[in-house]
Amino acid sequence: MPAYDRETLEMLLDGKLPWNEVRAIMSSFKDPDRFDKMVEIMQSRVPWDDRILLPLGLHLYIASKPDGSRVVKCDCGYEFGDWRQNWKLEALIYVRDTEEKMQEIYPPLMHSNPEWIELREYYCPRCRTQLEVEALPPGYPVVHDFQPDLETFYKEWLNRDLP
Amino acid sequence: MSEYLPKQCGETLRDHKPIGWDGRTLKEMLEESERLLAETGCYWGLKTLPLKTNEPIRYEKIFAKLRGGLVNARETAMNISASPIVSEIGELCFAFYTPEGDSVALSTGIIVHVHTMSDAIKFMVRNDYEFNPRIRPGDIFSNNIPKIGDVHNSDVQTFVPIFWEDELVGWAGGVTHVTDIGASTPGNVPVGPISSYEDGLALTANKIGENDIVFRDHEIRCEQGVRTPMFWKLDERTRIAGCHMIRDAVERIIREEGIDTFKQFIREAIEEGRRTFIQRIRETTVPGRYFCPTFVDLLFKGEKGLPDYAAVDTLSHAPLELTIGPKGEFHISFDGASKWGYHSFNCPPSAMQGAIWVLLTQTVIPNDKVNDGAYLATTHEFPPFTLANPVVKEAATGAAWGFLIPAFTGLVRALSRAFFARGYVEEVLSSYGMTMNAMQGGGKDQYGRDTGILNFEVSCQGVGARAIADGADYCAAMWNPEGNMGDAEVWELLIPFIYLGRCVKPNSAGMGKYRGGSGYASLYAVWKTPDLVMQNCGDGSVFPSPGIFGGYPSASGYRHNVLNTDLLQRFARKEPYPCREDDPADSEISRLVKGDHLFDCRTLNYPYRMNHGDIYYSIYRGGGGLGDPLERDPALIEDDLNGGFILPRYAESVCGAEVRRDESGLWRVDSAETAKRREEMREERARRAVPVRDWLVSERERVLAGRMVKEVRVMYNQSMDLSARWGRWFREFWRLPDDFRFSEADDLPPGESGA
Repeated sequence: MPAYDRETLEMLLDGKLPWNEVRAIMSSFKDPDRFDKMVEIMQSRVPWDDRILLPLGLHLYIASKPDGSRVVKCDCGYEFGDWRQNWKLEALIYVRDTEEKMQEIYPPLMHSNPEWIELREYYCPRCRTQLEVEALPPGYPVVHDFQPDLETFYKEWLNRDLP
Repeated sequence: MSEYLPKQCGETLRDHKPIGWDGRTLKEMLEESERLLAETGCYWGLKTLPLKTNEPIRYEKIFAKLRGGLVNARETAMNISASPIVSEIGELCFAFYTPEGDSVALSTGIIVHVHTMSDAIKFMVRNDYEFNPRIRPGDIFSNNIPKIGDVHNSDVQTFVPIFWEDELVGWAGGVTHVTDIGASTPGNVPVGPISSYEDGLALTANKIGENDIVFRDHEIRCEQGVRTPMFWKLDERTRIAGCHMIRDAVERIIREEGIDTFKQFIREAIEEGRRTFIQRIRETTVPGRYFCPTFVDLLFKGEKGLPDYAAVDTLSHAPLELTIGPKGEFHISFDGASKWGYHSFNCPPSAMQGAIWVLLTQTVIPNDKVNDGAYLATTHEFPPFTLANPVVKEAATGAAWGFLIPAFTGLVRALSRAFFARGYVEEVLSSYGMTMNAMQGGGKDQYGRDTGILNFEVSCQGVGARAIADGADYCAAMWNPEGNMGDAEVWELLIPFIYLGRCVKPNSAGMGKYRGGSGYASLYAVWKTPDLVMQNCGDGSVFPSPGIFGGYPSASGYRHNVLNTDLLQRFARKEPYPCREDDPADSEISRLVKGDHLFDCRTLNYPYRMNHGDIYYSIYRGGGGLGDPLERDPALIEDDLNGGFILPRYAESVCGAEVRRDESGLWRVDSAETAKRREEMREERARRAVPVRDWLVSERERVLAGRMVKEVRVMYNQSMDLSARWGRWFREFWRLPDDFRFSEADDLPPGESGA
């Protein structure tokens, strides 16, 4: 099974690895220690010490706090609350539901009918990073994109206790 | 699936000797296979793989010989076809199946058919074809009905049984995407049918030949039934030739390896496929629940000639939910999907399986060992009476892709969340681009021949953005990773159009830290046809390719066709004519051509007349974006501008880039000013946004009052009616009364509701 050094994985994560090397990685068997190495890289880059349990997106993680609680956390440090609830509920939202608002992003005619599909932009309340954009009909509940089975993942797939 | 059609038993013909293994009938073999899988969890109860374990080199050699035979059959047979869909674009594939219908190996090509042909073979097995009409050496069967086993009616399948002595050892299957299927409207993804009786030529797993010869009555029926009989006949010969090459290859392998080894091999290969899939899921994903709804627009309001219940605009719900279980169980559900409808976008389960397999082979199992073992490792829920399982016999299916292409962008996003969480960032993709506009039509071509048109430029769209790079531009279709836009000169020979231009479509990709792959657009003049109708087919009111991790969806499509133009006069006067439409707000087509401009978001139309010199514009879509566009590298924005991928004003309004042209005319981004502008934009976000919990309070009032357009309310009603679970979730989220429902019950079209 292949294994990659930290420098290679950092370049991969940052989009700086040459395409021929990326392609070789994609075509090869997967490196089984990738999860631990990527988490280690991400951990070294966030300005906080809570232990990353699972990356959720470019800026979001499930992290374990010293008091034993587990939260969804932005890399700026903002905490969205318990990992089992939808982090979006604690975010800021801006809804593009008119043609004028749509046309800040898209040329005329190249966006949805805003009465059918609106854009919901979710921002981190602290760093104001746009973390997700939903394209949903008006009235659709906030979507919980991913609810990981963290216990099973650690105990049965990684063969270790969930920190 | 067999429940759609009446069971045929053929009791009086049971005096024939069974053709299954060890004196069993095929149906007995199928039932035993299913029983052993249910009891042991393993294909045919194989808890061990002795051939693979004890003779691994031999096992791999047999697989390589079989796969090589399939690929060779495809590459050789495709040269028989004259259809550009097959010979230029490669819309065909071949596979080998067990006697009871499980796929063992597949060629390259339209991988969508890993399981669809399996469904068709199992239909024949369950309906006792063994006894009536009988299955004998030299027989040829054909099917194109998705309710039996297919994606859409234009994917025509051919099956040839392969015997060794008196036993059936398997089936060769081949499929090509034909040019026209003889539906009520021309083309091969017909948007016109509103019932299955208008879907065109129906081959319901028919025997179409014996002794390796096609029945003449079948040929005559097909010649009469489709608009392009010459392409049809050569496509059929392509499929038959490929199947016969596979038969030769299988017989050769059996002679070399022995029949007992071959029988053991095909079962072990499928069990290996099942185990490998589960292992791959556990290696690359994270268990849990992933929810990724997408939406489909069906715009038929005002179409003349349709009954009132079909002439409606519909917003359809595709709530894809993926659950990965503790042991690697892989379950896909569309619980809560919208009701089936009086249009041709209905997707029977076999079509849904086609979409699952074409995507899983590009994501989870991108290797040559693809077979029904992986299918057996997955489960699905396609609720009856929905677009994902219409059940009713009259549901038209000719354009099933129209639902399943947008519906399955959610699967890619779900898997990408899993890959990212696991650290495999190189595998992450945002939503693929829709394979639209499906430019369709028919009538007479420039040589006066009958023609049905679908320009397979659609097989070349933008791919979703990646977590480490932009998506690839105009290069693939979700249903054919070997996508190819084809040569303009070839299309000009086959379609009564000439190209005025073909170029990048700015802003078609979803923006983000990494943008989606861009789409492109072709501008055509209708040319020397005495009789032509055309239509558009694509999204214009929704965002079916959403972004991920903060990226925006790719752009929706629009229509800009011009009738009764002055183009020919312009040519005669040697005046400028349009070649492109970079910015619909400053349309080159509008500036340079007079006529009746159909310039709107009605991107799904019934056919309308077009004449020599009229203009047709076809926009091919981009992929969804990934990440916050305020994090986009200024160097990439310069490339976007100088490559024509985005219009300058959107570099500013979306990415916060401060742009200017240098003395050579190239666009430059001022990094320092851009950083300042981005900080200001983050502050603007904070000012205009509200806490989600505050927003939910007002939104709840909106839902309670039903303050949304009728199409949205009807969509919610259908989902609540067809799924108690989805309805409970919707009502609980908004804290609505248990019996809450919008008031549009009487707006639902007639027919079986299933509620």
